[in-house]
Amino acid sequence: MSRLIGQRLLQALLVALVVGVLTFILTRALPGDMAFRIAAGRYGYDYVDAAAAAAVREELAPEGNALLALGQWLGDLLRLDLGRSLVSGEPVLDEIRHQLGHSLQLALGALLAALLVGPPLGVLAGLRPGGWFDRLSLVAAACLRALPPFVVGVLLILLLAVGAGWLPAAGHGTPAHLVLPALTLALGLAAVSSRVARDSTRTVAGSAYYAFARHKGLGEGQVFLRHGLRNVGVPVVVYQGVQLIYLIEGVVVVETLFAWPGIGHALVHAIVARDVPMIQGTALVMGLMFVLLNAGVDLLCWLIDPRRRAP
Amino acid sequence: MRIFRRFGLAACLLAVSLSTVARDGVLDIVAPWEIGGTDPAQAGYVFTRLGIAETLVDVDAEARPIPGLASAWKVSDDQLTWRFTLRDDVRFHDGSVLTAQVAAHALTAARDKPGILQQVPLAGIEAVDDRTLVLRLTEPFSPLLAALAHTSAQILAMAAFEDDGRVSRVIGTGPYRIDIFQPPQRLTAVYHEDYWGEAPAIREIAYLAAGRGETRALLAESGDADIVFTLDPASQARLARNPALSVHSVPIPRTVLLKLNAAHPALNDPRARQALSLAIDRAGIATGLLREPEAVADQLLPPGLGAWHLDGLPTPARDLQRAAALLAELGWEAGPEGMLFRDGEPLRLTLRTFPDRPELPLIATALQDQWRGLGVDLQLAIGNSSEIPAGHQDGSLELALLARNFALIPNPLGTLLQDYGPGGGDWGAMNWSDARLNEILQELRAGADPARASALRQEAAAILHEALPVIPITWYQQTAAVSRALENFSIDPFERSYRLSSMDWAAP
Repeated sequence: MSRLIGQRLLQALLVALVVGVLTFILTRALPGDMAFRIAAGRYGYDYVDAAAAAAVREELAPEGNALLALGQWLGDLLRLDLGRSLVSGEPVLDEIRHQLGHSLQLALGALLAALLVGPPLGVLAGLRPGGWFDRLSLVAAACLRALPPFVVGVLLILLLAVGAGWLPAAGHGTPAHLVLPALTLALGLAAVSSRVARDSTRTVAGSAYYAFARHKGLGEGQVFLRHGLRNVGVPVVVYQGVQLIYLIEGVVVVETLFAWPGIGHALVHAIVARDVPMIQGTALVMGLMFVLLNAGVDLLCWLIDPRRRAP
Repeated sequence: MRIFRRFGLAACLLAVSLSTVARDGVLDIVAPWEIGGTDPAQAGYVFTRLGIAETLVDVDAEARPIPGLASAWKVSDDQLTWRFTLRDDVRFHDGSVLTAQVAAHALTAARDKPGILQQVPLAGIEAVDDRTLVLRLTEPFSPLLAALAHTSAQILAMAAFEDDGRVSRVIGTGPYRIDIFQPPQRLTAVYHEDYWGEAPAIREIAYLAAGRGETRALLAESGDADIVFTLDPASQARLARNPALSVHSVPIPRTVLLKLNAAHPALNDPRARQALSLAIDRAGIATGLLREPEAVADQLLPPGLGAWHLDGLPTPARDLQRAAALLAELGWEAGPEGMLFRDGEPLRLTLRTFPDRPELPLIATALQDQWRGLGVDLQLAIGNSSEIPAGHQDGSLELALLARNFALIPNPLGTLLQDYGPGGGDWGAMNWSDARLNEILQELRAGADPARASALRQEAAAILHEALPVIPITWYQQTAAVSRALENFSIDPFERSYRLSSMDWAAP
């Protein structure tokens, strides 16, 4: 256990170092005039001109030496200072807190909703593979997965916000605003996780130890709870861990549709505007989150599966 | 089963309580423009439009200067000293009092940042006493009042600034005070009790930046938003049929234009630029892409700008034959597959544009197709907006498609001086200059009596129309979908104000 945590801590440290250095090199290697890019991000297309770019260049001049700037960034990092955005002028940490906070809310909301729907249906389907419910859920899952999230989102807004008037169509600020974007993501997730749970259940239910549990006289429910659930759980948990990462970084489309602030949107903007401190900060925090999530998934599997705890 | 019934009941209650949120007395405004920060140079337009921050000078519906935070002003005979008298009843949102010293501090900070004030030939900004602010110029500058009405010249409280001149908080004087500030997408504001002017009827407002046109349209339809700005063409017709909404549309002084490098061998003759202009199907672009048939631009400056606009010009029509004849005069001959060649070189040009305005790449592809009919091989480079001024500076730019705002300050002279003066401008002419136009712009800059100024503006518009340093394509309409629960809505064509203070809820 402590070895597991120690390994992950070391990994976190390495990730911080690699992400910091890599983003630094990559942003400087990108084509285009950095001062012009920053000026465009700051003042918009009506006001970006040579004078604005010159002012930005002058402001960046003390940073001139790239190696010095990288050393400075790493030094500040030790004091948990990520610097200020070159575009908005706000502290990077504040921006990440706001945007990543909203991304996390959305991701967790979606994951929770997907967990309540997907795996239970998958288990039901997996216990009777080939039955009418299995086939129906396969069609439903395929349809939901095939529809792009943008379309699912618009349909949900039309149905629940414009039609029924139950929920706000877009925006953020109240818990009600979370429901539609989370549901949009959850439907796509539930579609796949129900299939993962179904396949896992089918394998478990078809195994020799499952048959043996039945032969020794346990009821269907008891067999499943005692010999099925944990075994089905491991692949489902691992899959959800991967999905959570996808949710946090890859839902720009849904965030934009619902006018929801998010780290994906922020990172895209930061790269376009060459906002180096913001790119570094965001990449760092997301890198660390990967490590944290992997550790969390490992820990959960460790708890579910006693074989992993064996020395 | 009982648990399901209970859950169902709770869901219904939740739904009912949520659906009443829309009619809570808060005016919800949705627009595509993000809040880029706290600095007036970056996001000042958001704060001016919402009535959060104000400027010394305001403008009326015809863009004529009217008193804002300054109640009066006087200019010396040599036009070099402007003396502003400030209102004596103005308090900032933090309770501090507006004095000439505070105004001088805010303007000095604004002048030190890139923006409109850097074009003003300022020699000094000085508070003579608590109520009197003096601006000294090195040479006469007639658009000074319009420059002071620009959003970057907002007067913010002392406490809004850090020691290095950075703005860290928006502390203005407007009728609304920021309550929740969540850049880049959201802010809410409430009535500022100490406001010096008439109290607005609507006391709470909320602003949401939504980048997608579909989202904005759905927010209007669901009733979540009371005012939605900038409707995408596809949604506009649908929203107009919605009985709960009214759709407004007003022409604004912004033009989609082609910037050309007049030093390029293929573009240096006015006849070449004329030919390219003749090969554009503007009606097709306006109707097919923008779904706004009135958007066809027959000249650079749209109507609504007084003498800057030439009346009675014929609607430009596509004329490939004349265009081909003009290019033939310049030695271009049709080669394989109808493409044009001169001395063995194909007529190949690269056009830069950017996607921040989603219609620009669409128009660019339309141009590519329409010019192929003439035999021009147009390559598209869709990138960052800054690549246009950067290309202007290093001379690598050939063509650029852009949307230029002629009311950056509420006087087109400001933009024209930047774009069409000697040497051109980052967003205007490139390697093109006209001695007579320069004289006119300089005379207008120094100040001329109204009749003379009017004649000069007409002459300037005619020169731009004849010489085609840039090729105008379409004009813009600002559109908005507005809830019928709201009264007295109107659009400011200069986009300085949402005019929220004059709106009210309709009687139920």
